[in-house]
Amino acid sequence: MKIKKSRDEIIFNVIVYPVIALLTLACLIPFWLIVAASFTDNSAIMIDGYKLLPSRWSINAYRYIFAAPMDILRSYGVTIFITVVGTFSGLFLITMAGYVLNRKDFKYRNKISFYIYFTTLFSGGMIPSYILMVSVLNLQNNYLSVILAGLMSPFLIILMRNFMKSIPDALIEAAKIDGAGDFKIFTSIVIHLAGPAIATVGLFLALGYWNNWYTPMLYLTKPKMYPLQYYLYNILTAQQSAQQAGVIVEGMDTFPGEAIKMAMAVVATGPILLLYPYVQKYFVRGITIGAVKG
Amino acid sequence: MKAATSGKKHGFLYDLKTNRVMWLMILPVLIFFFIFSYIPMAGVYLAFTRFSHSTGLFGSPFVGLENFRILFNQGTLGYLTKNTILYNIAFIGIGNVLQVTVAILLSRLNSKYFKKTTQSIMFLPYFVSYVIVAAFSYALFNSGTGIVTMFFRNLGMDGFAPYAMPGIWKYIIVIVYLWKNIGYGTVIYLAAITNISDEYYEAAQIDGATVMQQIRYITIPLLVPTFIILLLLAIGGILRGQFELFYQLVGNQGQLFTATDILDTYVFRTLRVKFDVGLGTAAGLYQSLFGFILIMVVNWLVKRKHEEYALF
Repeated sequence: MKIKKSRDEIIFNVIVYPVIALLTLACLIPFWLIVAASFTDNSAIMIDGYKLLPSRWSINAYRYIFAAPMDILRSYGVTIFITVVGTFSGLFLITMAGYVLNRKDFKYRNKISFYIYFTTLFSGGMIPSYILMVSVLNLQNNYLSVILAGLMSPFLIILMRNFMKSIPDALIEAAKIDGAGDFKIFTSIVIHLAGPAIATVGLFLALGYWNNWYTPMLYLTKPKMYPLQYYLYNILTAQQSAQQAGVIVEGMDTFPGEAIKMAMAVVATGPILLLYPYVQKYFVRGITIGAVKG
Repeated sequence: MKAATSGKKHGFLYDLKTNRVMWLMILPVLIFFFIFSYIPMAGVYLAFTRFSHSTGLFGSPFVGLENFRILFNQGTLGYLTKNTILYNIAFIGIGNVLQVTVAILLSRLNSKYFKKTTQSIMFLPYFVSYVIVAAFSYALFNSGTGIVTMFFRNLGMDGFAPYAMPGIWKYIIVIVYLWKNIGYGTVIYLAAITNISDEYYEAAQIDGATVMQQIRYITIPLLVPTFIILLLLAIGGILRGQFELFYQLVGNQGQLFTATDILDTYVFRTLRVKFDVGLGTAAGLYQSLFGFILIMVVNWLVKRKHEEYALF
């Protein structure tokens, strides 16, 4: 904008840079804390508590986890299965819906949009949904319940429709005149032009499935079926109540219990932290477009 | 539907026939919301029954408004509503002020690299599950080893145990909410700021406006529409509550409930602990209606002043 800085601009910068840096640090510290704690010797944790810098380094927690990796690998497998199946199915249905809702010649598109949108204004609540899933559809201990519960949301459908607005209507008109059917237009034109939209919505779906612990808690009762996050939740809470009450469980000194909890958290979040730099921009675009009035 | 039977050109059935491919493409979504959103709405009927094991779920006797009367007389609805409202005011109010402030500050910084890095890191908490948040909270506050606990104990407060102190959880919950959502709102506000034309600022600078004056008289007024959209979205969110946040931070720590119980966590416990379907559904229906009326009122208020910002 301009080269020469005025006095108030300099003062502004002197104040603002440290403030932003501090806020950023506050966002980062918890991550740092669990990583550091996972590499700390358990007996050191038992004496001094968790520290930002390990007083005694140890990789025992990871050794312990990976000595018998069956449980964690299985829960990883479950999460990957649910995430892949759910994301692809949901993405396919949402993309089709977004396309149809954006077709200007589809007369009922506004009515259907409202039919979808209304579910964000009013809902039957947690218990009728639970009873539907468990008592009516009989999907308890069936992964279908977890997949269906996160398959689509009004937000994602409206987001997809808003994205589709950028595809020129003339293109669809032209294809129609050439005799292409509505589904053909979708598969041969729209899908190819909606790349960023599909990536964004797909990532939202995948993140939702990956982080999901709530519907598994409601609908899965067999520990062997638990996905990663719910498995982690159970490990965290296993001795937590006793710990919080200040009781030290016998044999804790040999079993790296406190460090393991943090190591598990690191293992469960690892993939997200690794992918984060590459996928972040899709989420930024997604929530920017999604916040535009439907 | 009636028009269709008369065979008129623009009837519903006619559209179903001519656009059958498009209808087929959107059919799964229509069915999905019918089953998983609209059928549960009919399920609020359970709020007017008393669950009995002998007759089963759907044979439970109809008791009218008794469940609501019980909730009201116990004082449950009163404190749950109060907690839900106060928490949401704190979330929405403080949250938006913080996000707007950070977005404005970031937008005025010159270093692209610094801006990008800090924004990315602030957006990071949004991506982790609430189970990880619980792990953080455990590492910070649990009574044997938590870093905050140990800090205060080393200062000489030997009995310091956050999980036995309901009072401080109000602040912890709000801070964790702000921490988790700071990036999300900042991204949206920053996008809105980027859309403001540079010309306004250049003109203001020529007139000798300071940085603070530019923010006060240009940036903030132009962010009002974004704020209203986010406000309406957030109010809609009251309906869905912040169950994950409260449950992962507080869990089943009964001693903390008076300060931290909201409608969602109460409904959840009626289901999981007591399996009192009637009472739980009644509380859930109350929450839904409450959220619905609230958003209608706010939307109406917005519409009166700025028609273009209203949701519908």
